Amino acid sequence: MRRTFFTVFMIFCIGIGHVLSQDFIQIKGSDTLINLVQRLSEVYMEQNPNTAIAVTGGGSGVGIAALIADRVQIANASRPMKESEYEAAEENGVHPYELVIGIDGLSVIVNSANSITSLTMDQIGAIFRGEILNWQEIGGSDTPISLYGRQPNSGTFVFFQEHVLGNKDYSQKMKQMNGNAQIVEGVIADKAAIGYVGIGYVYDDNANIREGLTVLSVAAETGAEPVTPLDSENVKSGIYPIARALYQYVNGKPEGAVRDFIAFELGPEGQRIVEEMSFYPVSGQYLENNKEAGF
Amino acid sequence: MKKTKSIANLLPRRFREKAIEHFFLFNGLVAVVILLGIFSLLFIEGFPAIKEVGLKEFFLNNRWDPTSPERESYGLLAMIVSTMMVTIGALVIAVPLGIASAAYLADVANPKMREVVKPVIEILAGIPSVVIGFLGIIVVGPLIAKLFRISNGLNAINGSLLLAVMSLPTIISISEDAIISVPQEFKNASLALGANRWQTLIRVTLPSAMSGIIASVMLGMGRAIGETMTVLMACGNAPAMPHSFFDSVRTMTATIAIELGETVQGGLHYHALFVIAFVLFLMTFLVNLVSDMVLQKYQKVNR
Repeated sequence: MRRTFFTVFMIFCIGIGHVLSQDFIQIKGSDTLINLVQRLSEVYMEQNPNTAIAVTGGGSGVGIAALIADRVQIANASRPMKESEYEAAEENGVHPYELVIGIDGLSVIVNSANSITSLTMDQIGAIFRGEILNWQEIGGSDTPISLYGRQPNSGTFVFFQEHVLGNKDYSQKMKQMNGNAQIVEGVIADKAAIGYVGIGYVYDDNANIREGLTVLSVAAETGAEPVTPLDSENVKSGIYPIARALYQYVNGKPEGAVRDFIAFELGPEGQRIVEEMSFYPVSGQYLENNKEAGF
Repeated sequence: MKKTKSIANLLPRRFREKAIEHFFLFNGLVAVVILLGIFSLLFIEGFPAIKEVGLKEFFLNNRWDPTSPERESYGLLAMIVSTMMVTIGALVIAVPLGIASAAYLADVANPKMREVVKPVIEILAGIPSVVIGFLGIIVVGPLIAKLFRISNGLNAINGSLLLAVMSLPTIISISEDAIISVPQEFKNASLALGANRWQTLIRVTLPSAMSGIIASVMLGMGRAIGETMTVLMACGNAPAMPHSFFDSVRTMTATIAIELGETVQGGLHYHALFVIAFVLFLMTFLVNLVSDMVLQKYQKVNR
């Protein structure tokens, strides 16, 4: 009896010791980034069994709030941090460094029963501000538009508001969904729907566009050529008007395991996973961004 | 076993009785203290927002948009209406259904049937709210859309239906207990006077069980008013003032759940969310108070 107890105790101690010798990274934030970063961390942990990474969602705002409170090592965000958030962080003794791990062609989606396949930025803005209420007004059938968007804690919500709505209020009639996946489900089920999601969410497991969805081409202004985010060249070159960076924020210049993980994300294998998850690899100006944080 | 007995016997009997009495008094007081604690916490945390924005903004504006880049608004009206809509909608569906099935189970069904149905209903109470919300999105929503020929089913009706399902077990289970505990003599007397079983049920049994039935409805209502995940998933969460049951609604609970995570602790938005919580608390408090008063009045009349 005593002996069994002793053995169990020893195993327990070894277990504890093992856990203590592990590096533990907490990542929290954007719903747009969660699947991507989860995949990245899975592959990374396979190669580095001594590091444990936990990735959770909640929205960019939630992740950034957690970084400011120093509760996580890395915050995922699909929008840049705001000035006020930087100030709050400094007040708490947290010094955020910004990294870009991928590029997203933020996609405007409608139900495939909709005859419309392209819109201008102005039209999309007016639709989500609640100024255009019926598809008829922009050349569709006579149906009231139903709007699908994210919630205020979402980086996508904020980014879309700033860049497409001209920093004006969303229509109060917009349904505020709990995540990208829910918007996609809502739009597939609703013939009068329009919504916006990270491009990684419009594909199914076989890298085809989800059945029932149309990804709209977007024209930067009236008269300009509408371009689709599905072509990586359009997003990389910046012709697609609502391309955006996918950020990670860390407290101070990354060191140790956190640095090692980020180096993996930005390295060739990490960037290949970014593409595999239907986002686009980091390029151009954003590479400069990462240099500042030491990559 | 022996040991504990001897320790207990060490103390004089009178002292022991007193100690036990105090222990029970303490337990009773804990509930009161917790309630007062919650009440004052909500008030203290909400007060700074009321001071800064004013009661008028909270209760006369129907726009809620604290993160607006144009003009931050803190109106609660739309979400109070939304919460009441889904709750009342749920009760309209659940109360007749619930009382009818309770009456069936208690008065009509044979014992074998009862033994099967009652546990099943009680299992229904154990289904997590996320699961019900999920069903709302993939089953009930499309069904409503098809039935009423609207483009989508993420609206107040969807929420009402789901909340009705969630409050049914409470209503059925407690009502049934109340109906079954009506003395057999009451029914026998009624039957002896020539009333048939239906008349006996409607005129004698149900009125006698009314206090229990009202309590069950109030408990069901409490469940509906405070439910968060289900309405958050299935009602669409559009913050606009709803004009009909076909509009998407965003309830008070959903608003708190959605927004609390990202607010800066101690900021205006944070305190404003506590104002919502405070108002919600007052609403449920009022429901309980009224039901208590109704109950007492009813019991007096019955005597």
